[in-house]
Amino acid sequence: MKALRWHGKEDIRCESVPDPQIEDPRDAIIKVTSCAICGSDLHLYDHFMPGMQKGDIMGHETMGEVVETGSSIKNLKVGDRVVIPFTIICGECEQCRRGNFSVCERTNRNANLAAKAFGHTTAGLFGYTHLTGGYPGGQAEYLRVPYADATHIKVPKGIPDEKLLFLSDIFPTGWQAAVQCDIEPTDTVAIWGAGPVGQMAIRSALLLGAKQVIAIDYVPERLSMAQAGGATTINFKEESVIERLNELTKGKGPEKCIDAVGLEAHVSMKHPDTVLDRAKQAVMLESDRPHVLREMMYVCRPAGVLSVPGVYGGLLDKIPFGAMMNKGLTIRTGQTHVNRWTDDLLRRIEEGQIDPSFVITHTVGLEEGPEMYKKFRDKQDGCIKVVLKPN
Amino acid sequence: MAHHRHTRSRQTRPSGSAETLAQGLGWFSLALGAAELFGARSMARWLGMEGNERLIRAYGAREIATGIGILTQRDPTPWIWGRVAGDALDLATLGNALRDRHSHHDRVAVAFGAVAGVTVLDVVCANALTGQEPQPRRYFDYSDRSGLPRPPQQMRGAARDFEVPRDMRIPDAMRPYKEPQRPGRPQPSM
Ligand SMILES: NC(=O)c1ccc[n+]([C@@H]2O[C@H](COP(=O)([O-])OP(=O)(O)OC[C@H]3O[C@@H](n4cnc5c(N)ncnc54)[C@H](O)[C@@H]3O)[C@@H](O)[C@H]2O)c1
Ligand SMILES: [Zn+2]
Ligand SMILES: [Zn+2]
Repeated sequence: MKALRWHGKEDIRCESVPDPQIEDPRDAIIKVTSCAICGSDLHLYDHFMPGMQKGDIMGHETMGEVVETGSSIKNLKVGDRVVIPFTIICGECEQCRRGNFSVCERTNRNANLAAKAFGHTTAGLFGYTHLTGGYPGGQAEYLRVPYADATHIKVPKGIPDEKLLFLSDIFPTGWQAAVQCDIEPTDTVAIWGAGPVGQMAIRSALLLGAKQVIAIDYVPERLSMAQAGGATTINFKEESVIERLNELTKGKGPEKCIDAVGLEAHVSMKHPDTVLDRAKQAVMLESDRPHVLREMMYVCRPAGVLSVPGVYGGLLDKIPFGAMMNKGLTIRTGQTHVNRWTDDLLRRIEEGQIDPSFVITHTVGLEEGPEMYKKFRDKQDGCIKVVLKPN
Repeated sequence: MAHHRHTRSRQTRPSGSAETLAQGLGWFSLALGAAELFGARSMARWLGMEGNERLIRAYGAREIATGIGILTQRDPTPWIWGRVAGDALDLATLGNALRDRHSHHDRVAVAFGAVAGVTVLDVVCANALTGQEPQPRRYFDYSDRSGLPRPPQQMRGAARDFEVPRDMRIPDAMRPYKEPQRPGRPQPSM
């Protein structure tokens, strides 16, 4: 089959690889009808996340049709239509039973590696570094789904892929980002990053009833899409984020702050800390660029909440923890517990409360994947979300 | 929903002038590195920073390594960023010296100014090589892409039926205060 494989920094290739096989009675094989490129894939593309190996198959936002099931799978049959969550879950361990799916204790087959890096293991993830199991991803014609009896979202026929695909990741991710804020009707929610995750967070915060939603980015078309979702926008290259946020909240700061940017925050001379971060990153004195975290901790209203869906990989410098502590802020973060939200979100899609396909700007075949990575990373051609059609 | 697709190639990779600047900075690294490595003693004396010869030699070795990296590697970008980090270290060291009673402040200030000047060049070069600055580009208007069935103002709170799970709620004590509902008993809202 054809698959997108990682070969190093900025080097993704569409290549032929052996078809996946059932390896365990709990496996299923999916014929992929649609998959997408995520901002998390860019961290691999730019090689800021450790633990990738040449030849790894990319992709963790995938849906398709079941074509084969392992002998112990009872709740899936050939022909079923499924969206695959990016977190692989056993459904039985203590964390899964609590709904903390992204920290499932059993599905990371490199649990000892993860425990070394993070203190304890987290869940296995598709197409995402050997720290999280090194499972082949879904930017391919077929995907092997381990623990398939738990790791799936069954979806009805008759709704187009485009409306359902993002149940795999970005829609629940934006949703959880907003849910973690525990939004009050009086709240201002400020969201850094108007990429796909930020866009979903904007809609989620609005639906959950925030009084005011503010989106921060610099890419004009992303800001226009944020406005379409009801957000007030701040262009961080043209205005001071801190000043504007204080202005918009009568000097008190937003109650809730969401980081939908992660470890590759912009670098510009206007913000010297970002230049220093970039420099330290180059000489491996720091792994991530935490400009957004710094801004959030500083501007957030006392007793407020920081919600961090943006991905970080390792060690961060100059974190104003004094502000964090003295203002008594709460921080909630993590890879998304996808299956915790998807029943509810599927219902909202079916009822027409939201149609997540608004974010798609490009739909292409798998062979065009490598060039779309670049286009998405460089925000060229109005690119916000890319859907790939492998079959 | 309109799917915009048109192909235009746009250059985002190293431009010629940034690469020339990088070469220059590479040679500069080598020269400064050699001066620090072999002239550490006189440099320390000139700055009034006697006792720091070893540190200066170490910085010299660092400069030489970076210079070699810039001049020999296919992609000099990480090495130029390495120079920026090195500049920060130099500035920190000189900044400390400015606060030291024994150093020649006027000369240290000159050195500080020189390093600061080169730092600007390094950052400009690194930024140009990284291609992070936005290019002049076509604007795409997505202001019709709400994903919502009705205007946003009408959708506000449409999902208030959703109950935030216990582990993601903020403690009652941290909720905004509402006017007491019954006399004498202030209550957190909701
Ligand atoms: N927690 C999870 O489970 C989960 C799931 C999916 C994605 N993510 C992460 O969420 C983040 C965003 O993903 P995406 O797909 O939207 O990626 P993206 O790269 O398309 O979006 C990031 C946006 O942030 C903007 N940005 C950069 N620096 C900024 C700054 N200083 N202030 C404000 N905005 C800034 C960029 O212009 C860009 O539009 C990534 O880190 C990704 O890895 C996390
Ligand atoms: Zn993702
Ligand atoms: Zn589990």
